[in-house]
Formats: sequence, structure tokens, C-alpha cells
Amino acid sequence: MPPLSIWYTRVATVHLLTGFTIGALMLANKGVAFAPWLWRLRPAHMELLLLGWLVQFAMGVAFWIVPRRWEQPRRGNVIGARIALVLLNAGVVLVVLGSLVQDLPALTAVGRLLELLAALAFVSHIWPRVVGREG
Amino acid sequence: MPTVTRWYLKSSFLYLLAAVGVGVWLALRGLAPVPAFLAFVQPVYVHLFLVGWVTQLIFGVVYWLFPPPREGDRHDAVWWATFILLNIGLLLRVVAEPAATPRPGSVWGWLLVLSALLQWAAALGFAYTTWPRARRRGRYSHERRQQAEES
Repeated sequence: MPPLSIWYTRVATVHLLTGFTIGALMLANKGVAFAPWLWRLRPAHMELLLLGWLVQFAMGVAFWIVPRRWEQPRRGNVIGARIALVLLNAGVVLVVLGSLVQDLPALTAVGRLLELLAALAFVSHIWPRVVGREG
Repeated sequence: MPTVTRWYLKSSFLYLLAAVGVGVWLALRGLAPVPAFLAFVQPVYVHLFLVGWVTQLIFGVVYWLFPPPREGDRHDAVWWATFILLNIGLLLRVVAEPAATPRPGSVWGWLLVLSALLQWAAALGFAYTTWPRARRRGRYSHERRQQAEES
């Protein structure tokens, strides 16, 4: 597994743990109400698990297993994938913060924009690697 | 494909079928008489997809695809525990959530608390086993592959 995939999958696992922790607290609160404010964490729960966990984990595994070239560098120009890792996580953090701080809706907008840029950066890296055996 | 992976994958396919089935049931609201508790089934529908299907599929594939740990022990007991915790937790949610939502604090509510604990413990189990396996292939796996080729 290449180092960049290790980063993607490990950070995704951190998001999984955080998202599951928030989800478990919300679910328990639904069963036996002890902290009604927990419901405000629902957007953060969704963001962490959809973008932080599922999307990020899929990107990490895709970077690892999508075909490599015969010549060096085997995975081509990886700058797009590196940038995507940083932008995606910055985006997720900003969107989560934006969902918690009600007075700053711009945080969510900037976070979503960073996620879009992350997706563009990742696709620009992975697109040329989606090829058949003949290359 | 390892036995652990087969259990995760086959279970995830069952959740996919269940989720789509619940989706059909939910779509019947307004078209046909449906039970009242269906009003509280929407979160169950979403989690059957995202936890039962997608997340469980990923867990199973990780066990199969990720490099083995350096020490060679995949911690199968933890993977099985994770499988059991995730599935019992999710099934408990399926049963308890529609009943508990209109009656928080009832027995169903406490079952929902148990469901939350079990699923959270499953996430811990996954992180514990997967973290050391997100790594570069080391000498151990290389040597093992060579032995397999020679034998």
C-alpha cells in the first residue's frame, strides 16, 4: 500500500470513529433523552461519515489499486491526489465547524468549495489511470 | 476469499435487499394503508444502506485486501467480534427505533442505547484491526509470497 493510501485510509478511520461516536450518542439520546442538544450534531455526523469516511476511504483504496503504468513513476503525477487529501480534510473540518457555529454560514460554504476542489484534484490524478491492460 | 470476508459480504448483500425492500414499503405511504410506525422508519432505511450495506462491505473487503499485519496475526477474534457487534447493534436498531421514537425512556429506548453501544464498539474493533494493516507491504508478506511460489 503506498504511503498516500495509508494517509487516506487512516484519516478516514479517524473520521469513522468520530462519526460513529457522535451517531451513537445521538441514537442513545433518542432512546433515553439525556442531552437534547446532541441533535444539533446531526449535520456533523453526516459529513464525517459520508465525506470523511466513505469518500476518503474509497479515494485511498482507489489510489492504491487502480492500474499503474509500466514506466516510472508508476502512479503518474500524484500531486493531485496529495492536494485532494489536504483539501478534502480541510473541507470536512470547515463544514463540521460551520454546522456547529450557527453564526458563520460562510464556513460551510468555504468547506464545500474545498471539497469540490478536492474532488477535482483527485479526478485529475485518477482519470488517466483508468485504463485497460493495453494502456 | 477468506471466511470472515464472506460473512461480511453476504450479510451486506442481505442488508442491501432489506434496505431496498424497506424503501418500497416507505414509498407505499399515501398509496396504501401502512402501519403507523412506518413514520419512524426513515432513519432505519438510511442506516440499512450506509451501515449494513456500504460500511459492512468495506469492512469485509479490508480484511481480504489490506496487507497482513507485520506480526502475521490478523486478530480474527476481533474481526468476528466486530461482525457480531455491528450486526446485532444494527438489527436492534431496526427493531427498537420505530418503537422507541414515540416513547423515549421505555424498554425500547434502552434497547436503542444498547444498539448504539454495540455499533460504536464495532467501529472501535474495526479501527483496532485496520490501523496496523494500513501500511506498506513488508518483508513478512514478501517472504510469505516467495514461500507460496516455491511450494
